Amino acid sequence: MYPEQFKYTKEHEWVLVEGDTGTIGITHYAQNELGDIVYVDLPKIGAQAEKGKTIGSVESVKAVSDIYSPVSGEVIAVNETLVDKPELLNQDPHGAAWLVKVRLSSPAEINELMDAPAYQNYIGA
Amino acid sequence: MTESAAPLKQTPLYAVHRRLGAKMVEFGGWEMPVHYSSLLEEHHAVRRAVGLFDVSHMGEIEVRGPEAFALLDYLTPNALSRLSNGQAQYSALLYEHGGFVDDILVHKVSDTHYFLCVNAANQEKDYQHMVAYNKFDCEVELSSSRYAQLAIQGPKSMATLQKLTATDLQSVRYYHFVDGEVCGVPARIARSGYTGEVGFEIYFAPEHAEGLWGQILAAGEEFGIRPAGLGARNTLRLECAMALYGHEITASITPLEACLGRIVKFEKRDFLGRTRLLAQREQGVRRQLTGFEMTGRGIGRDGYEIFIDGVPAGWVTSGGPSPTLGKNIGLCYLPAAQAQPAQTIQVMVRNQPVDAVTRPIPFYKRAS
Repeated sequence: MYPEQFKYTKEHEWVLVEGDTGTIGITHYAQNELGDIVYVDLPKIGAQAEKGKTIGSVESVKAVSDIYSPVSGEVIAVNETLVDKPELLNQDPHGAAWLVKVRLSSPAEINELMDAPAYQNYIGA
Repeated sequence: MTESAAPLKQTPLYAVHRRLGAKMVEFGGWEMPVHYSSLLEEHHAVRRAVGLFDVSHMGEIEVRGPEAFALLDYLTPNALSRLSNGQAQYSALLYEHGGFVDDILVHKVSDTHYFLCVNAANQEKDYQHMVAYNKFDCEVELSSSRYAQLAIQGPKSMATLQKLTATDLQSVRYYHFVDGEVCGVPARIARSGYTGEVGFEIYFAPEHAEGLWGQILAAGEEFGIRPAGLGARNTLRLECAMALYGHEITASITPLEACLGRIVKFEKRDFLGRTRLLAQREQGVRRQLTGFEMTGRGIGRDGYEIFIDGVPAGWVTSGGPSPTLGKNIGLCYLPAAQAQPAQTIQVMVRNQPVDAVTRPIPFYKRAS
């Protein structure tokens, strides 16, 4: 369920680091807690993401939830598919429904995040 | 997550909800299912087929005695005298200043017995309010613990429930009820609901809740019945612009402001709140409930501020996506002069103004 190569935050985001790029998404647990996702607000390319700060929001029918960046860096790609297909976040949160990619400015930040076993322990899975 | 002092209350179906994998949330002091799997699918099931809601958190208050009518006629603004035995009426408990203690359903069992369905979070307050004004020859009883309540709602609700009762449901008119049996269990069967669809609300002893829940789901299986949570209950009622206490109606809002003038009958004899409401009617209301639809990208939600031409003008009472209409809709209070359809307004969505336009309510009305 929770990929070993991802790192996780307490706010239920994941990040996959490949070279100097971090791909960010929300976890299966997060989408399940939110329920049917109907709206996604994402930053623009070129925006500066800062670890622990809001980079956007996800809205289900019932609620709004902020997305906190797990890492710092410049936003270099945004998943535009989600604008028209926000329900993809319910269907494939660890794959096709990634949110943004950033160019990491402080790669060491990744060490402060949880690995998959720690995250699963954290959510009681 | 907020810590509350009192433990959350659970309905007799709590274990059933957990077994079904419902996501549970706090609502009015109760731990209730917000959705079982998909809120959207639950919503559509009610509009297109049938849904089953556990609404056992709702409160029941009964008034019995020779002067039961006199007490309730004074405490509620609607024309109680027009009720026949076996008929129900949407009404309210009002303060002297005209604001809402609660909105309620009054069922007339007999001249000396009225059965009220009230909001879960308000039941103690309602009861205390009624007792405080009870100078009449009647008794007020908070009897919530004696009832479980299920709502069977949707175009296939009658076909579903009819399989389980000898009562001819077709003959039960809207806002009427009969005391009959469902699956052999004594039940008050009312044709009412909070979804805008044909539907029934049944009241019965809590020990039968699990049995009836299971049998209703089994009876509705051929129609595609789904258990539905408070999430779908909210989107369904919002499309029909039905008021929710704490949102459209509060202690500081009057029925005239909330577009509920139809439950205020000035021509009947004196009732609590009448003087203030009469003055408000003569002076005209300053603010009024109206509908809106988002035209810009964003969802206006409960509590968001509204601006008109850059000036603060009101607030969103309830807002969110409408699964039936595929739009983002809401209800809001605006200055009366601006609470007209087709006005451009801005909803402050997380500190950004997003365009919306006022719309007549309700947003949805079923084809009859």
